[in-house]
Amino acid sequence: MQRPRLSLTLGPVLFNWPVAKWVDFYARIADEAAVDRVCIGEVVCSKRKPFVDDVTLEVVDRLERGGKEVIYSTLALPTSKREIREISDVIQAGYRIEANDIATVHMLNGRPHIIGPFINIYNEDALALHLKLGATRICLPPELPLDSIRLLAKGNNAVEVFAFGRPPLALSARCYSARARGMAKDACQFICENERDGMNVETLDGTPFLAVNGIQTMGYVVTAAMRHVETLRDAGVVSLRLSPQSCDMVRVAKVFRDLADGVTTPKEAGEAISVLHLPGPLSDGFLRGVPGHMLTEVD
Amino acid sequence: MSKNLELVCPAGTPAGLRTAVDAGAHSVYCGFRDETNARNFPGLNFDRDEMREAAQYAHERGAKILIALNTFMRAGSTDLWKRGVDDAVAAGADALILADIALVDYARKAHPKQRLHLSVQAAAATPEAIAFYRDRFGISRIVLPRVLTVEEIARLSAQASPCETEVFVFGGLCVMAEGRCMLSSYATGKSPNMAGVCSPPSHVTYREDRDALVASVGGFTIERFERGEPAGYPTLCKGRFLAEGAVSHLFEDPVSLNAVELLPRLAEIGVTAFKIEGRQRGRAYISTVVRTFRKAIDAMAAGKKVDFEELRGLTEGQRDTVGAYKKAWR
Repeated sequence: MQRPRLSLTLGPVLFNWPVAKWVDFYARIADEAAVDRVCIGEVVCSKRKPFVDDVTLEVVDRLERGGKEVIYSTLALPTSKREIREISDVIQAGYRIEANDIATVHMLNGRPHIIGPFINIYNEDALALHLKLGATRICLPPELPLDSIRLLAKGNNAVEVFAFGRPPLALSARCYSARARGMAKDACQFICENERDGMNVETLDGTPFLAVNGIQTMGYVVTAAMRHVETLRDAGVVSLRLSPQSCDMVRVAKVFRDLADGVTTPKEAGEAISVLHLPGPLSDGFLRGVPGHMLTEVD
Repeated sequence: MSKNLELVCPAGTPAGLRTAVDAGAHSVYCGFRDETNARNFPGLNFDRDEMREAAQYAHERGAKILIALNTFMRAGSTDLWKRGVDDAVAAGADALILADIALVDYARKAHPKQRLHLSVQAAAATPEAIAFYRDRFGISRIVLPRVLTVEEIARLSAQASPCETEVFVFGGLCVMAEGRCMLSSYATGKSPNMAGVCSPPSHVTYREDRDALVASVGGFTIERFERGEPAGYPTLCKGRFLAEGAVSHLFEDPVSLNAVELLPRLAEIGVTAFKIEGRQRGRAYISTVVRTFRKAIDAMAAGKKVDFEELRGLTEGQRDTVGAYKKAWR
């Protein structure tokens, strides 16, 4: 039996890249990356959003001309009236929406949409409920182990799995990029712009541990699901999510495309990823059901 | 100001529940002894018989019992959570505190008349999110996340009606948006969302290093207490870390939430219920905190002056904060 082709989704850029870098990044993705769809939009901090607003249409156009499906990912932790209005605006503008919190699901009011990894879907019942509410594809939270993914992906052609990038771990009202420099969020001077892959955080004895991206906390490691691609496809997963880092994402996409097409082996894919300038070591702990920072040795 | 203010108190054990009720709790929240609740620590929580007896004890004294099933159902094992809902209803719960959308859906369908509260773990932080749960599932009350300012709470409470709002006023402070934090899962493999544990004791180790006590979680060194320094429990988000060349409590100082000074304002903006955190706390602590807060709330409801000094005495020195309730915290 022919198995369905695994598609690739480029997740939204979670970091505060300078707008010129952001535009260049998407231009290159549009022309060269072997991804089927691309998420744009500010998911982490609404203060960064105005920077990309002016160039969003241009980027969307470029991506569409490059044959990519474009999705607008919404803010993961909206709290203010302004933030809700901004989400409402992109819904009204007709974008295909990836909802990252339940308020957005409410505002979509049944319109077909995608569920991002920041909405808690941990079991088959919750997944079925979201499909009923209009979700057409669901990127599962990154901490779900393969055992759960198997049960969730079965028979619905809707499940996407976080396959590459620093894993998002937590969101807060407080900006840690600012706090680390003795500043408050309201006067942050957009200091996070200097952190292309987030700000590294070490333990007291100097062991790399986490990364901070404004109000978001991420793992120091880079999730890399290469060894599990076959398992994920067998489980019924239809799409892999590649979360942008400052390394060569066109190359990352190619590695996953070749792996998904059976052109290369997981070992070759691992080697190809390892030589890129990654912000941290590879890990697959969450998928294996062990601490998320870990990388399990190849059998 | 609302006249029906409710003091919601924690109970980790049957004895703790009796203590809270006797000290004047309007309602007490507790959970079953398994991963269906977000305080799944050894030695805590209730079995089925204890829960029935606890409900009876509370009801006989005019108090309510709120049963928390506020973790996310594990794929393939949803029956454990659904059975928990059925058993909680059978035990006489006045309300269930739920976080998982599918468990909310189940509870509403299986027990149409049961009062449901949305747990803080569901992270409903906007009028739209509240409307989603209120209109679709008939949620009666939302426990608001500890990442909101008082102004944001005012707006939410106004728009939540007829849904009530409940806020944390005392005890542990969650720094991250609750129900959306995977730090423990990342460091230890144990997930707050799935297993109901945060910085689990099973993964905490201490070692002596010269004159200091060094604490690690999942092998990551996150705190160092010099001799004579009080050694608090090492919670991941309250540890000390190295960033930008400096060691600091990057996420939050090891402090407790104490929003007593905000009580009148919170009541004024329509908050109905004030929650005290701490199901793992001892009976002496529960008794003192509950008694003091009940006095303050009774005074407020009667339009009298609140004795803040007595409330301030509950925490030591400067180790408390109003957290995100004040915008400057951010």
